[in-house]
Amino acid sequence: MDSTLFIDINLYTATALFVVGFVGGMVSGFIGSGGAFVLTPAMMTLGVPGIVAVASNMCHKFPKSLVGAMKRHKYGQVDIKLGLIMGVFAEIGVLIGKHAMTSVKHAFGDVGTNLYVSVVFVIVLAVVGGFVLRDAFRMIKREKEGGDDMPHEVPKLARWVQSIHIPGTMMYFNALKAKVSVLFIVPLGIATGMLAATIAVGGFIGVPAMIYVLGAPALMASATELVIAFVMGMGGTMLYSMDGVVDIRLAMIILAGSLFGIQIGAIGTTYVKDSLVKFVMGLIMIIVLFSRFFYVPGYLSHLGLIDPMRESTIDTLKVFGDVTLVIALAVGGLTIIVALIKGMAAHRRSQEAQGTLGNA
Amino acid sequence: MSHPAKPSLLPTLTFGVASIVLFYLLFHFSGHFVDWALRTTHGEKALFLIPVVVAFVFSYFHGQFTGHFWEMLGLRAAKVSVVTKKK
Repeated sequence: MDSTLFIDINLYTATALFVVGFVGGMVSGFIGSGGAFVLTPAMMTLGVPGIVAVASNMCHKFPKSLVGAMKRHKYGQVDIKLGLIMGVFAEIGVLIGKHAMTSVKHAFGDVGTNLYVSVVFVIVLAVVGGFVLRDAFRMIKREKEGGDDMPHEVPKLARWVQSIHIPGTMMYFNALKAKVSVLFIVPLGIATGMLAATIAVGGFIGVPAMIYVLGAPALMASATELVIAFVMGMGGTMLYSMDGVVDIRLAMIILAGSLFGIQIGAIGTTYVKDSLVKFVMGLIMIIVLFSRFFYVPGYLSHLGLIDPMRESTIDTLKVFGDVTLVIALAVGGLTIIVALIKGMAAHRRSQEAQGTLGNA
Repeated sequence: MSHPAKPSLLPTLTFGVASIVLFYLLFHFSGHFVDWALRTTHGEKALFLIPVVVAFVFSYFHGQFTGHFWEMLGLRAAKVSVVTKKK
């Protein structure tokens, strides 16, 4: 390693990272993860080498998640025990995921790795994102029909998981209001870590897994994901820091923006219902999924799996892919701000109405 | 039910100033941080803790600042139950 790995930071670089950090933080505070998928490519576009971008991204992620988790813990939304257990197994998943990436790289080179990441992106985001979004629409429809007081419903799969009793492995979790065998949590934690090592956002598996497999409400799952992100982020930062590739200046600029954002995202969750958390998460996953379609033709061309494409065409498609990622983050951020403004206005009206009734 | 309004100007200013001082120090001594990263790769492995400690310190002061900042601007959480929420 040499010092040239660390770029000079100018006002443009700092402002760009601060803004992306802010919006990413807002999304993280709300759905438990997000932002990381934009930050790494954004840093690389600014000239930061890939390994430093990944390491510095991770170094901003764990303190951000810590602040977010503490904030949402105040609102009673965090299950620390579930988060820590999943976080430990997610750490193992990160190591397995990294090993898988290295194996693919040795066998097929960088282009093969990129194609592998894209395929994982498309499959996971299409299946999980599609499912989450469909569920969000169903919930919103039910809420419209059944009024505002819809209780949390435990999904069928989670009811089955909660009904399985394996002696010596059962543990009670506040988020689930039930006992679950730790043996069910192990693969979910590992899958979360593997996804984090592959596409940088483990929460796209972790949050839906806690909702649909374990039976946690979306608000608690997204808050508990922040504990998992903290554990994974700190472990990852220590590993990368031993290689001297963490640029603490970059990480702290992103953190400066993301701590402003994460407060808004966390506060936003106190004004919305489970369905909106699912909606925002599903929406971001589907938009991010589309970004990959722009990258895949280039990888296939480089691997000789399709007729060769011109480099200028591949570069143009990549720009479209990067813009789509930014759109995903912006749409998520805007949806949260609109929901927060609407929620606060409705809350104020209901308080004024209560005050009027109290005075009458 | 909202949290009762509290004057949050003083903590906002205190943590804001602390946060600015930390960022000033980080960039004033940025050469040292780059040097410590280099030395970590050259065998002084204990230095790997520096970025971790710095991140914790920033998260405390800047986290407190941003929390008070938004509160001062009127952005407060609604106190509602997680399971059955009312808007």
